[in-house]
Order: sequence, then C-alpha cells, then structure tokens
Amino acid sequence: MSSAAIHAEATDITANARKRYTAGVLKYRQMGYWQPDYVPSETDTICLFRITPQEGVDPVEAAAAVAGESSTATWTVVWTDRLTACDSYRAKAYKVEPVPGTPGQYFAWVAYDIILFEEGSIANMTASLIGNVFSFKPLKAARLEDIRIPVAYVKTFKGPPTGLIAERERLDKYGRPLLGATTKPKLGLSGRNYGRVIYEGLKGGLDFMKDDENINSQPFMHWRDRFLYVMDGVNKASAATGEVKGSYLNVTGATMEDIYERAEFAKELGSVVIMLDLVIGWSAIQSMANWARKHDMVVHMHRAGHGTYTRQKNHGVSFRVMAKWLRLAGVDHLHAGTAVGKLEGDPLTVQGYYNCCRDSYTRQDLPRGLFFDQDWADTRKVMPVASGGIHAGQMHQLVDLFGDDVILQFGGGTIGHPAGIQAGAVANRVALECIVKARNEGKDIKRDGPAILQKAAQTCTPLQQALETWKDVSFNYASTDTSDYATTPSVA
Amino acid sequence: MMTNPTGRLTQGQFSFLPDLTDAEINLQIEYGLRRGYAWSIEYTDDPHPRNTFWEMYGMPMFDLRDAAGVMLELRNCRKTFPHHYIRLVAFDSTRGIESITMSFIVNRPPSEPGFGLQRQEGPGRTLRYTLTPYATARPEGERY
Repeated sequence: MSSAAIHAEATDITANARKRYTAGVLKYRQMGYWQPDYVPSETDTICLFRITPQEGVDPVEAAAAVAGESSTATWTVVWTDRLTACDSYRAKAYKVEPVPGTPGQYFAWVAYDIILFEEGSIANMTASLIGNVFSFKPLKAARLEDIRIPVAYVKTFKGPPTGLIAERERLDKYGRPLLGATTKPKLGLSGRNYGRVIYEGLKGGLDFMKDDENINSQPFMHWRDRFLYVMDGVNKASAATGEVKGSYLNVTGATMEDIYERAEFAKELGSVVIMLDLVIGWSAIQSMANWARKHDMVVHMHRAGHGTYTRQKNHGVSFRVMAKWLRLAGVDHLHAGTAVGKLEGDPLTVQGYYNCCRDSYTRQDLPRGLFFDQDWADTRKVMPVASGGIHAGQMHQLVDLFGDDVILQFGGGTIGHPAGIQAGAVANRVALECIVKARNEGKDIKRDGPAILQKAAQTCTPLQQALETWKDVSFNYASTDTSDYATTPSVA
Repeated sequence: MMTNPTGRLTQGQFSFLPDLTDAEINLQIEYGLRRGYAWSIEYTDDPHPRNTFWEMYGMPMFDLRDAAGVMLELRNCRKTFPHHYIRLVAFDSTRGIESITMSFIVNRPPSEPGFGLQRQEGPGRTLRYTLTPYATARPEGERY
C-alpha cells in the first residue's frame, strides 16, 4: 500500500467513530496513533525511537504501535475509550524515516500530551516510555534515542540538589576540572587500609576520592568502619593542604531504610558528598535528591548497570536520555564517559551527553546524537564525571574534549603510580594545572599537549614517571554507539 | 612548613606549578577579559579552607577591560600587603553561572605554617574535627 493510501485509510477510520470502535482488532495506525499531519505542541514530550520492525511489518504501522503501546493502547478495540477524551491520551507517531545507512531500521517521532505524566515523577514517565513497548513482539528491537521534555514538565522537577555552580562555591575550586580517584582494589580492603588510600590521594593533590559502585557493606568492611576511616583521611588531608576535600561515601544499600541510615551518618561526620548507584532505581534516586537538598549534600551518581541497556545501538535507551532524566531526578555528579579511556563511547557522542548535563539550552546537534533542542529552564547543572582507564598523559585530550566543568577520575592512574599514591596524585594535578594554564595562554593544547606535559615533567619527577609508565596505554577500539549522521574519529 | 608535596597552601588553579611570573599572570588576566569576566583582587591572613570571604582590595573591576590596569592594582595590593595571601578572582555574570570562574594565588607569606587538626571524640567512635591555621593564633595583620 502506498503511504498516501495508508494515510487515507487511517484517516477514514479514525474520523468515523462507529468504524473506530467496532469490536475487534484494528491496525494501530487506524486507531489514531499515526497522525502524519500532527504538529507537536510546546507542552508535548517528543520521543525519537529507533525501531526494527519484524519482517513484513510496515514501518508506519510499527511506529503507530510504539505510540500505542507506550500510551493508551491495548491489542484490541475497547469501547471504554469513549468514556475519555481519548485523543489526548493517545501518543501520536507523526514521522517515520529510514535510519541513514542501516537497512531495516527506522526513526519514529512520537508526541505525548502533558497530561500523560505525573508531575515530578521519572518513574511514571519511564513506565510509559520504556515500559511494555520494549517487549512488543512485532518489533525485533527498539531504542529510545532522544527525548524533548517540555519546559512545562521540566519545571515540575527540582533537579540537582546542589548543581555544579554551587558545588564549586562550596569547594572553593574554580577554573579547572576537578580531580578524583576511585579507591583500588575495589574489594577486600579493611576500613583502615581503605582510609589510607583516601588520605594519600587527597594529600597528594586530588579534590575527591571515591568509593566504587560495588562497595556497600561486605564482610571485609562494614560501612560504618569505612565512613569513619575515610573521614579521618579527608580531614587530615584538608589540614595538610588547606583545601576543602571530599570522598564520595557510597550509601547504596538493600533498602531505603539502609540508604537513609548511611546518608545520615555521612552527614553527621561532616562529609560534603554522598554517592548512589543507578541500580537503586528512579524513586530511590528522587527520594535521596530530596534528602540531599534538605542537608546541603552533593549527590554523586555512579551509572552502574547502564551498559546493559544503553550500549547496543539497536535496542534499549540511549545514555543521553538517561542523562536528561537523571538531571531532572536530581543528581549533582554523573559518570558520562571519557571518550579516551577503557569504557565505551566515541568522542562526539560523549560530548552530547556532557551537553545534556551542563547546558542551559541544548541545541539540536546530529553528529553528537542530539535530535532535539532542549530548554532546561534554569534547571541546575550536573557535573559530568570522566572515569575509567585514563591517565595523566591524556590530560590535554581530556581538557580539550570536556573543558573545565568535569571531574576527571584517575583510579589506576593515581594508585598505580610507581612512586606511590601521593606521587600519582601530584602527577595528575601538575598535568592538569599546566594544561589549563597553557590553554588560557592561548596555546594549542590538542596539538602541543604532549610537549607541554613533557616540559612540566622536567621539574616534576612524579609526572615524568607517570608519562613514562603509561606512555603506550590506550584503549583504541571502535565504539558500538555512534552517531548515524557523521563519521566520528577516535582520539585514543 | 606544610607537609603536602608542594610544601604550601594548594588552594587556587595553579598552586602546583612554579609561581607565575607577572607576564604569565598578565596572560591569564587577558584570557579572562576575552571571555568577558570581571577581575577582582582579594587578600587575607586567614587561609582556612572555609574562610570564604577574603578581604576585597577595592571593588570588582567590572568595567576594566585592560590587563595592565588589573596588574597595576595587583602591584598596589602587594605593596600594601606583602606578607598576605593575595588571589586574583574572575567573575562571570552570565545567567546560570553568576559565579567565580577563575581563582589563583599571586602572593604568599614568606613561610606557610599550615593547619593544626584537633579531634574531639564522640559516641560510636565518631570524631569531630576542627582545623585551625597556626597563624591565626595572633591577631589580624600580625600573622605572617
């Protein structure tokens, strides 16, 4: 059937209430979920899905089915629709296009009326948008690529409890990326041994140390023990340097009661920051955002688990959508990729995630995977975190890619330094400061970065050792999640 | 003498590098001016990390677009307070930022004794920490 004929048939049925509500099974496009003339309103949420219909399923019908299954539809006609202003509740697929260069996949644009979502609830929004629809049989695969959230809905969220501007003011650190490190080994350290690593890293020059995502309260280290020793390290390092220091205390636990108990203890001990793992879920994250707002606490979000649904291009949810939801839900730090390290992410795509965290107004930018303009309506900004397999020798690339508002986390790249943890921290801090200084002086850090680092290393043995130790380390693999609109170079 | 690897207070953007020369400071000021920031000069003899409000050496220079003017003020400040900490601070008044965007130390006392850490034992092995600059035992203006 031609697209004109499909449209005519769909319009004929949806315009005629008797035909539309006759008991039986209709095609989704005939039930009002396909409206090619629809113009989304300012208050609509717009989703862009990448869909892979089963063999023989028409892409328009598949798009209509996505709209239907993510809003009101059931598989058959129900007369009870007529008790509602049902046109409001139906999501409307209004555009379908083949994905460039990828046969069998289509982009489908779907609009949702603002009445569909409970105010200030990511749980409610996600239950619709990534709920049943992702298991729908006529689709082989589906992926939520991007979302435009209307200002009217954005304003129902309080957003980051602290935001990157207020965080910098609290920490008294400006004009450069912040530096962190994840405590290693991830598992097995006692509280006392763990606190040693914290103290050495912070005294050496880092701003933050970090618990790992799977450090909660295992047999080798009870959470209270960890918090007490960590805070001793933090305070000692603060006295030794005269700087505000912090360590992300991971308060993730089995129940909300556990999480609240751990967070309260972190507050009591004077920590400036707590940490949560993404796996605790949307409602828990929003509850803890409320708690953090009440207690002036920075919330560090580790995106543990996201790779199970963000990484494969044909199915799941893009991380840019996760970043948008997490900014609204209320986190202050968000792991958003390194582009040059050991974890997935090509540079432009990762920059797109950073934009979602930090922009006042995000512009459409297809090479960076951003399909929509997004007005953040003064929502506070999230500090992105680059963590995983990065080292001092990449400092110029990291500063060039991400600018100042980012936390650079060198775990192995600090603790694995041949002369010890303090030396590792010194190497990273000197590398960072010399690159920022050179950039501000107008030097081309992307091109001359290695020479700038070598020059600084002449008067800094720890940096010299770091550059030597990790000179050949790179993780130069092709990314799986890349833009469909540009060839993206790897920088590793 | 402080015991961290630099032996000195490490607040600000460039404390791990050799002290910036006036020519290098000038380049940083120019960078800030190109980005539309307003410079100001602040000084203190209480470098406690949570001492937010250092003394203002005059008002922020919102209308001064010439690095030489900022350097002139800095030289005057150094002459008046040769043994104080002095920092240059850049401010960005863009909506959504409205905060400091650069901050680095450009003058230090001849010796930096650092901070003492007091621990007060509380219940459940908790400790309450108090950090005290050794220099602040003496009155303002007589510390370094």
